[in-house]
Amino acid sequence: MNKEVICVNHVYKEYRLGTIGGGTLRGDLQSLAARIRGKEDPNSKIGQKNVSSGKFLALNDVSFCVNKGEKVGIIGHNGAGKSTLLKLLSRVTAPSQGTMGFNGRVASMLEVGTGFHPELTGRENVYMNGAILGMNRKEISAKFDEIVSFAEMEKFIDTPVKRYSSGMYVKLAFAVAAHLDSEILVMDEVLAVGDMKFQQKCLGKMGNVADEEGRTILYVSHNMNTIRQLCDRCIVLDHGKLIFDGDVEKAIELYSDMGNHTLLPKVNLSNQTRVSNTLGRDVKMMQFNFTGDEKCEIQMKNMLPFELVLDSKTERKDVCFRCMIYYSDDTPVCMAGSSRGEIVLQAGENRIQGEIDTGILAPGTYHMKLAAYCVNDYGTEEHLDVLDKAVYFTVDDSKIINNMQWLHQYWGHAAVKMKISNVI
Amino acid sequence: MNAIEPKRFQTWITPKRKLLDFNLKELWRYRDLILLFVRRTFVAQYKQTILGPAWAVIQPLFTTVIFTIVFGNLAGLAPEGVPTFVFYMSGSVLWNYFSGCLTGTSTTFTANAAILGKVYFPRLVMPISTVISNMISFAIQFCFFLFFFTYYLIAGDSIHPNGLVLLTPLLLLHLALLSLGVGIIISALTTKYRDLVMMISFGVQLWMYATPIAYDMAIIPEKYLFTYMANPVTPIVNMFRYAYLGVGQPYWEHYGLSIIVTLCILILGVILFNRVEKTFMDTV
Repeated sequence: MNKEVICVNHVYKEYRLGTIGGGTLRGDLQSLAARIRGKEDPNSKIGQKNVSSGKFLALNDVSFCVNKGEKVGIIGHNGAGKSTLLKLLSRVTAPSQGTMGFNGRVASMLEVGTGFHPELTGRENVYMNGAILGMNRKEISAKFDEIVSFAEMEKFIDTPVKRYSSGMYVKLAFAVAAHLDSEILVMDEVLAVGDMKFQQKCLGKMGNVADEEGRTILYVSHNMNTIRQLCDRCIVLDHGKLIFDGDVEKAIELYSDMGNHTLLPKVNLSNQTRVSNTLGRDVKMMQFNFTGDEKCEIQMKNMLPFELVLDSKTERKDVCFRCMIYYSDDTPVCMAGSSRGEIVLQAGENRIQGEIDTGILAPGTYHMKLAAYCVNDYGTEEHLDVLDKAVYFTVDDSKIINNMQWLHQYWGHAAVKMKISNVI
Repeated sequence: MNAIEPKRFQTWITPKRKLLDFNLKELWRYRDLILLFVRRTFVAQYKQTILGPAWAVIQPLFTTVIFTIVFGNLAGLAPEGVPTFVFYMSGSVLWNYFSGCLTGTSTTFTANAAILGKVYFPRLVMPISTVISNMISFAIQFCFFLFFFTYYLIAGDSIHPNGLVLLTPLLLLHLALLSLGVGIIISALTTKYRDLVMMISFGVQLWMYATPIAYDMAIIPEKYLFTYMANPVTPIVNMFRYAYLGVGQPYWEHYGLSIIVTLCILILGVILFNRVEKTFMDTV
């Protein structure tokens, strides 16, 4: 069963930046007249020489093929081109360049309950929605009971959908799409709306649909857990380009690391952005240096030596420093902090040297949030300077137990020691 | 990856499209959707109203009454010898259908951007369903017209219907295609220029005065007749009145010309529609 159902062949999609035309006929005629007479366009913005040359490539030479029965996840940051790709796949808009081929009908769920009319009843809307997604009346009638029971909506099916709760809306809409006889199902984060139980039911249903009925699923989500659960292949987009196509775990790792600064042994903190301008006023973190031999790529079970450069306006003793360590998917892992009185600052530049016990960290990429704060006798703290995602480092996996790969989704991010004292 | 031939795929998408790519087969596959849209428009229109579909009758009735009083009795623009009320009713029923279709189809893209931006189906489904759903209200109004028509016929007033009455379905189809053609041209242009949306409401009104709805076309001087008849709606209205009421004369040559103009407008409309339907989501 290695039949191609979707083939995307060197596809580009170009959008024009700014407003398209003058928006009115008059505006466009003015621009046209000005261009003919060789004068400056009266509608162009000041300081902007030529509006029409502002082009933006939402998709840049994307090619891939999907075989029958595959469950493909598409991930990428906002603006990476995911939605544009889905729009092209669902044929809402055409590519600017390149070609696409489909075998079979494409049912797209880019939004929940497309075409639901609030005044019509659930029953009428099921037919409506099904027809919009490409089914005919007979097909819908054959599946109708199944759809209603999947959505758990038997009681409300003859009520106008304007009286439905948003959850009911989603359930019904999803049920229609899931029961379509289309060969290709394109979905954009529609599951995010239903409750946990229904989400799981949907994921299960989609998995079945692909495995048993041999339908193909393309699924876009920011929720890595659902991607892991559903997909067996994953495409990563970045700035309109396809940068990875293959194994799901690798794709997720790549996605989480994207936008990562290269691992630097010396990190300049002075020009990183602070969330508020009161931060970094009295005490400012200037630089963070990895001082150990391994720099920022450390082995498991080792200490992480560092040096922090701090600028202080006055002499003070109440300043504390802490590092919050996060895994690359932004899960907090642990915190290391100094206690009051350990750090004594002079006015001007200070160099603080220390080390963090990173022995419990499992292999992977981590980043640290750094905070300098002061605390009074009652435990009330005041932030002096805070930097999110300030420093990145990796923990190497060469010393892992039994040579196994660390499974972050099951084992978490901390490797705690175990000692077997006796075997009887 | 390099050897991808279109033949292996059922659907093949390229950036550009042929000038006249009218996929009737696909449209036929979506016929259920057309009917459901028709139903949806009709049902949703009269939901939570007390009078329901009776509104379809009330509107033209009031227009007719006003026309009869203002243009018929005060201004004296109605023809002699024919019951003024039926004369105006025939005009307003026809015009109601035409203007309903025209305004409905001309906002296809802008009004349905939410649906069209999310799913693919042949875009022509929307304007076609508008034309058909307006046909339902037309049918109701037409029955209403027939009721008065029969009343005056029995009452012995000077109504002289003739065999051309049998042309009614053709006249209706002609009117439908004309409004569809003009409507989709406007809808294709409104994706970029919203000005036309503003224009359409008073444009339709102006067009009505260029058509013998509120007056008898006998008042048009002979030398302007050809120009006047260039308006493709006029021969249809004229033919209808001639068939049912025996007013004026059929003007066959003008009617034939109107058919040609209608077909040209329709083809132009489909070409324009095809050009924008693939990428209108980027500009609308």
